[in-house]
Amino acid sequence: MVYVVGLLSLVFLVLAILVLTRLTSVLKGVNGGDTTEDIEQIGSGNRVNAMLFMVFFITGAIAAAWSFIHASKFFLPEASSPHGRHTDGLFWLVMAIITIAFVVTNALLFFFAYKYQYRKNHKATYYPENHKLELIWTVIPAVVMAVLVFTGWRAWRDITKDAPENALAIEIVGKQFNWEMRYPGVDNNKLGNYNYKLIDANNSLGIDLEDEASFDDFTVSSEMHIPVNRPVLLKIRAKDVLHSVFIPHMRVKMDAVPGMPTRFWFIADKTTNDMRNETGNQSFKYEIACTEVCGKGHFSMRTTLVVDDEDSYKEWVAKQKPWLTNNPDYLARVPEKLKAKAAKYIPTDSAATPADSTAAPAQEGAGGAPSASLR
Amino acid sequence: MAHVEEHDHHEELPFWRKYIFSEDHKVIAKQYMFSGIFWAIIGASLSILFRLQLGFPDMKLEWLRPILGGWIDESGRLDPEFYLALVTMHGTIMVFFVLTAGLSGTFSNFLIPLQVGARDMASGFLNMLSYWFFFVSSLLMFFSLFIETGPASGGWVIYPPLSALPQAMSGSGLGMTLWLLSMAIFIVSQLLGGINYITTVINLRTRGMSFSKLPLTIWAFLLTAILGLISFPVLLSAALLLIFDRSMGTSFYLSEIYIGGEALPNVGGSPILFQHLFWFLGHPEVYIVLLPALGITSEIIATNSRKPIFGYRAMIASMIGIAFLAFIVWAHHMFVTGMNPFLGSIFMFLTLIIAVPSAVKAFNYITTLWRGNIVFTPAMLFSIGLVSFFISGGLTGIILGNSALDIQLHDTYFVVAHFHLVMGAASAFGFLAGVYHWFPKFFGRMMNKTLGYIHFWFTFVGIYLVFFPMHYIGIAGFPRRYYSFTTYEAFRTFGDLNMFVSLAAIMTFSAQFLFLWNFFYSIFKGKKAPLNPWKSNTLEWTTPLHPGHGNWPGEIPPVYRWAYDYSKPGANDDFIPQNVPYSQTPESNLPHENALIALEKEIEAQNYNDQFKQPH
Repeated sequence: MVYVVGLLSLVFLVLAILVLTRLTSVLKGVNGGDTTEDIEQIGSGNRVNAMLFMVFFITGAIAAAWSFIHASKFFLPEASSPHGRHTDGLFWLVMAIITIAFVVTNALLFFFAYKYQYRKNHKATYYPENHKLELIWTVIPAVVMAVLVFTGWRAWRDITKDAPENALAIEIVGKQFNWEMRYPGVDNNKLGNYNYKLIDANNSLGIDLEDEASFDDFTVSSEMHIPVNRPVLLKIRAKDVLHSVFIPHMRVKMDAVPGMPTRFWFIADKTTNDMRNETGNQSFKYEIACTEVCGKGHFSMRTTLVVDDEDSYKEWVAKQKPWLTNNPDYLARVPEKLKAKAAKYIPTDSAATPADSTAAPAQEGAGGAPSASLR
Repeated sequence: MAHVEEHDHHEELPFWRKYIFSEDHKVIAKQYMFSGIFWAIIGASLSILFRLQLGFPDMKLEWLRPILGGWIDESGRLDPEFYLALVTMHGTIMVFFVLTAGLSGTFSNFLIPLQVGARDMASGFLNMLSYWFFFVSSLLMFFSLFIETGPASGGWVIYPPLSALPQAMSGSGLGMTLWLLSMAIFIVSQLLGGINYITTVINLRTRGMSFSKLPLTIWAFLLTAILGLISFPVLLSAALLLIFDRSMGTSFYLSEIYIGGEALPNVGGSPILFQHLFWFLGHPEVYIVLLPALGITSEIIATNSRKPIFGYRAMIASMIGIAFLAFIVWAHHMFVTGMNPFLGSIFMFLTLIIAVPSAVKAFNYITTLWRGNIVFTPAMLFSIGLVSFFISGGLTGIILGNSALDIQLHDTYFVVAHFHLVMGAASAFGFLAGVYHWFPKFFGRMMNKTLGYIHFWFTFVGIYLVFFPMHYIGIAGFPRRYYSFTTYEAFRTFGDLNMFVSLAAIMTFSAQFLFLWNFFYSIFKGKKAPLNPWKSNTLEWTTPLHPGHGNWPGEIPPVYRWAYDYSKPGANDDFIPQNVPYSQTPESNLPHENALIALEKEIEAQNYNDQFKQPH
C-alpha cells in the first residue's frame, strides 16, 4: 500500500510541476512586457481560470451525481423502526431541498465567474443594492426553514415523548469497553434499584438487593434480545465515562452519562429473520455501537441486537436465570424481612458451587485489536 | 494644522524590540502569521497520519517509527490510543491555533489599524503580550505532543469524565494537564487581543471613518472580537472547573463513576454541565473562525469583481444576526446527550434561523459577481472557493440542526464533512486568500500568480474530493473517531471510499508545499510590488510600500466615502479610494453624494484621533 501512496503522490507532484511549467511559459508569452508599474496586467491566466470554473462545475456535478448513485446502496441502512422510517423520509425531503439549493447557488457562482470574467475596456455594473431582491431572498429561506422546523419538531416530539405504559424497559449500561444489559425479569416486570457503590467483580451493575424488584432481574452481556412490534424503553447508564448507544438500523442514538440516566424508546418492527430475508444476507445482525469517544476500545464496543418474534423472545427469556440465582452468595445482602421472598430465587442445592454469572464482565479492551496493548 | 513628522523622532529600536518583543501591529501580525503557518503544517500532518490509518488499515507503518516511536506497535500498526491523540490534536491545533490565532491574529492585527486609519493598535503593549501569551501556550501544546503518555486524546471537545480521569486513558494524564494549561493561557491571549481590536475599531478610526464607511473586513473582525470576548471566558471557566476536578477532588463534572475497580467518591456533578459550558464557547467559536474569513472574502470579491459589494448594509446586518444567534444555538451539539427534549426543540428552531442570514450572505456574494469585470487573482480564486464551501457545507447544517434527523447523523462522518467544509476549509481559504491579497502590503513584494493558480486548483478540487464523499460515509452511519471499522458488519462497506478520501487528502496536503515555496520564496525574491496592486479602495494601500511604525509618514488620511466605489458610472477609473473627497469627483457623484461635499470641511476639522499626537 505504501508504494501506491508514494506512487500517487509522485504522480500528483509531477503533474503539478508539468502544469506549472506549461502555464508559466504561456503567461510569459502573453505578459512579456511586464513592468512593476503594471504588474497585474490581466493575461490569459484569467481566461483559463474562468474556463476552469465551468469545467469544475460540470465535471463536479457529473462526478457528484455518479458517485451518489453508486454509493446510495449503502445509505441509511434499511430502517427497522417506524420512527426511523419517518425521519428517513424527512431526511430525504430536506436532502432534496438542499440539493436544489446546492446546485443552483453553485451553478450561479461558477457561471457568473465564467461569464463576467475580465474583458478589456469593459466596465462592471455599479449595482450596490436592491432592497426588493434582498427581501425576497431573506423571506424564501425563512419560509422554507419554518416548514422544516415544523416538520422536524413534530417528528422530534413524537420520538421523545414518554414511552407507552406497556413498554418493555431494559437497562443498558456502557463501560470501557462493552455494554451490559439488565432485564426486569419475569415475575414483577420491574427493574430493581441500583447503586454504583455496590459495584464489585460479580455485581458489575451495582444491583441493589435491598429492593425486592431486583430479585428476578437478569443480566446479559453477550447480546441484547428484544421482542418485535413492542415498544422497548432503553434505560441508559454509563459506569465510567461517556458512551453513546447507537443502533444504526433502529435510528436510535442516546448518550450514556455517568450519574445521569438517559432513555430512548422505540419499536422494532422487523425481526432479525425478517431482515435476513429482506436483505438477502443470511448472516445479517443488528448491531449496537458506541458513538461517544470513550477511550482505546471505542471503535470496538460492539454488541449485537436480536429482534425476536414474540414466541422466541419468551422462549429466550425463559432460559435466562435471575442474577440472584447465579450469584446466591449475595443473599446475604438481602434485608432480613425480604429473605423469604428472595429465597425462591436461590438454587435449592445451595451447597453447590454457584454458577458463573452470565454477566461476567468482559475484560478490558474486549474485541479490541489483539495486538494493541497499553504501554 | 500641525504637520510634524512625528515618527522621525523615534529612536531606532534594538533588534529584539523591533522584531521579537515588538509592539508594532504589523510585526505582531507577521508573528501570528508565521506561527499560524507552522501550526497548520503540524495540524495537517497529523490528519495525514490518521487518514493513512483510515484509508489503509493494513498498511505497515514501520517507516514512521523513527518519528513516532512506540506509537507504532510491534506489528507495524498505529496504536489505537495514539489514533485518538491524533484526531484530538488535529482538532485542537486547527481550530484554536491555526484558524483562531492564525487567522484573526494575523489579519485583525494587520488590517484593523491600516484600514481604519490608525497609527497602531490601541495598546501596543497588550498586543505584544497577546502574542507572547499565545507563544507560551503554543510551546506547552507543542511540548505535549512529545511526552511519553501522549497528548490529550479525548477529542478536541475534551468531554469529562474521559478527560478528567487519568485512569480512563493515558492521554488524560500529563497530556491533558498540559492541554488545559495551554488553553487557559491561550484564552488570556485571545482576550488581550480581542479587547485591543474592539478598542481600536471604536476609538481610533480616522477622520470621517464612520461605522457606515468601515470596510466589511473591519466589521467582521470587530464582531469576531466581540464574540471571543464574550465566549472565551466561559471556556476558561469550564477549563478551570475541569482542572479542579482533576487535581483538587471537586465534583463539578463527576458523579457515580466506577472505574479501574473502584467506585470514585464524587457525586452530584454533571458531565452535561461541561458540555453546556464548552459549547457556549464552542459554537461561537465556529463563527470566530469563519467571520474573519467572510470579511476578507467580502473585500477581495468586491475588489476583484470591480464592483461594490452587493447589499453592504445587509452584509453587516447578517453578520450581526449571525453573531447574535451564535450565542443561542450551542445546544444543537447536544441533541442526544440526554438533555431535555423540549430544550432540543427550542435549539432546533434557533439553529435553523441562522440559515437565513447565512443565505443572505451567500446570495450577496453571488450577486456581487453578477455583471462584474472579474479579475482572477489567486486571492479571488480562493474567495470564490470559500463561497462555494460556505454554501456546500452550510446546507448540510440544515439537516444536522434538525434534532430529529440529528439522531442518526450525530457523531458520524456526516458531521465531520459538514464542519470541515463550512468552517475548516472555508476559513482556511479565507486565510490563504488573505495572504495572497495582502502579501504586497506585508512584504512589499508580489507572490507568483501562476503558482497561486495551481495551488488553488489542487487545493479546491482536493478538498471537495476529501469531504464530498465523506458525506456518503456519514449517511451510511459510520461513527467518528473510530480507529477502524472492521469490527462492525454495518460499517464494513466503503473501504475503497475511505482509501479514495485518504489519497485525496494526501494530494491536497502535498499541494500546500507549492504555497509554502511560493510564500517563502516571494518574501525574499518576489517581484517588487506596486503601491496599490489590486487597484483597491481601502486605506492600507495609501501607505508607503514598507509602512514604518505609525503607518503613514504624514497625517493620517481622512475618509470621505465607503470602501466600495468600484466602477462608478462616470468615473475615469474603475475605482475611487476612500480618501478621495466627493468634491474631486463631480463627474461620478450620485445626487445625495453631492450634498456630502459640504461635510468635507467638517470631516477635515475633526479630531485627528492620532495616538502619536496630542488631540486638539
